[in-house]
Amino acid sequence: MTAIQPQLTPQAIWAVLDTVPDPEIPVVSVTDMGMVRDVQIGEDGAVTVTFTPTFSGCPALHVIRDSIGEAVRGLGASAVEVKSTLTPPWTTDWIKEDARERLRQYGIAPPAPAEDGLIQLQADATRCPRCASFDVRMTGSFGPTLCKRLYVCDSCKEPFEGFKSV
Amino acid sequence: MTAPALTLSEVQQAALIRKLTALADDEIILAQRGGEWTGHAPILEEDIALANIAQDELGHAGMYLELRRALDGTDADALAFTRSADEFTSARLVELPKGDWAFTMLRQYLYDAYEALWLDAARKSTYEPLAEVANKAFREERFHLQHTALWVERLALGTPESIKRTQDALNALWSYVGQLFQLVEGEDGLIEAGLLPDLQAVKTRWEGLIVPHLTVQCGLILPPGGAGQPGRDTHTEYLAPLLNEMQRVYRAHPDTPYW
Repeated sequence: MTAIQPQLTPQAIWAVLDTVPDPEIPVVSVTDMGMVRDVQIGEDGAVTVTFTPTFSGCPALHVIRDSIGEAVRGLGASAVEVKSTLTPPWTTDWIKEDARERLRQYGIAPPAPAEDGLIQLQADATRCPRCASFDVRMTGSFGPTLCKRLYVCDSCKEPFEGFKSV
Repeated sequence: MTAPALTLSEVQQAALIRKLTALADDEIILAQRGGEWTGHAPILEEDIALANIAQDELGHAGMYLELRRALDGTDADALAFTRSADEFTSARLVELPKGDWAFTMLRQYLYDAYEALWLDAARKSTYEPLAEVANKAFREERFHLQHTALWVERLALGTPESIKRTQDALNALWSYVGQLFQLVEGEDGLIEAGLLPDLQAVKTRWEGLIVPHLTVQCGLILPPGGAGQPGRDTHTEYLAPLLNEMQRVYRAHPDTPYW
């Protein structure tokens, strides 16, 4: 039985997770994205982190899982289990407000509020992250990662990526 | 993942494993067909889109096989990469070669509409782990359907060439779609128990969504429906070569760790 490290508090774990970047969008962390759902410390000092995948087929999930484990072990945890949960399903509404601003500065349009339950044939309105114009066209309903789509702004003429709203 | 909330009888468990495997097999094979366009699609954006869709479908297959693992302990990779064509339970619709762009888009559209509606219904499953998976996958599937519906319209209302190709694709595909609504052995019992969506009700919704879209909006002519179809144990000649390619690396290096 390993003694619990004094620095191993839930606050410290959440703080270190704030520094684990999303491997595909490094300006935001896994906590900014709302992917970390729970942190538990057992009596023996073993840590369980529960996270939820953004997209089920996201190839970065393995990297994220490994990075979370590594970061928490760095605090001196005797054992770290990274569990995944699907419920409630991840939504872009969980992306933190300041992270949305960082996404915008990075050139990615943050997601519009998500609406659940509708099967629609039309997509949501999106704003250019550079000039804030709504005069944008979607040039690809899918993008370089599963969570984004491709746009071009007809006002400032810049192409950009935008988050899907899920 | 939470533990199953209800206890399954042996018969129910066997039927549920059969259904989960069939769902996963359709996703895996269709994803492989979609992936064949990588580097070959008409434009870069569509190359990316199809690869994204294929990746999502593989994610869904992974979730279904994870549910199966919780029931019988089988490994998802072993199921995907070591079973022969005889052991796969994919529908013939997804096995057909990728064809031209119209064929690929129309098949994906017919499948996406079915999958989105099946998942929507499966969100109410009394089998909690399946309801969770359906809730997750449903959110992703909507994007596929929007994308492929738009492509079907674009092609069906485009040039004489694109209209002809889209109609040809519909003529070739239509008799195969019925198989998606065929029950696997024991599925009726699971539907009755509320574990699985009523496939007939899903079919009614599916027809209500796509038939007016294809005919009224897109101006296509619906060919006569297919007669009775053999089950998921009967495959097209195209499945074995597809698996041969898809499984080659895993079979050559079965012990290689990755992640």
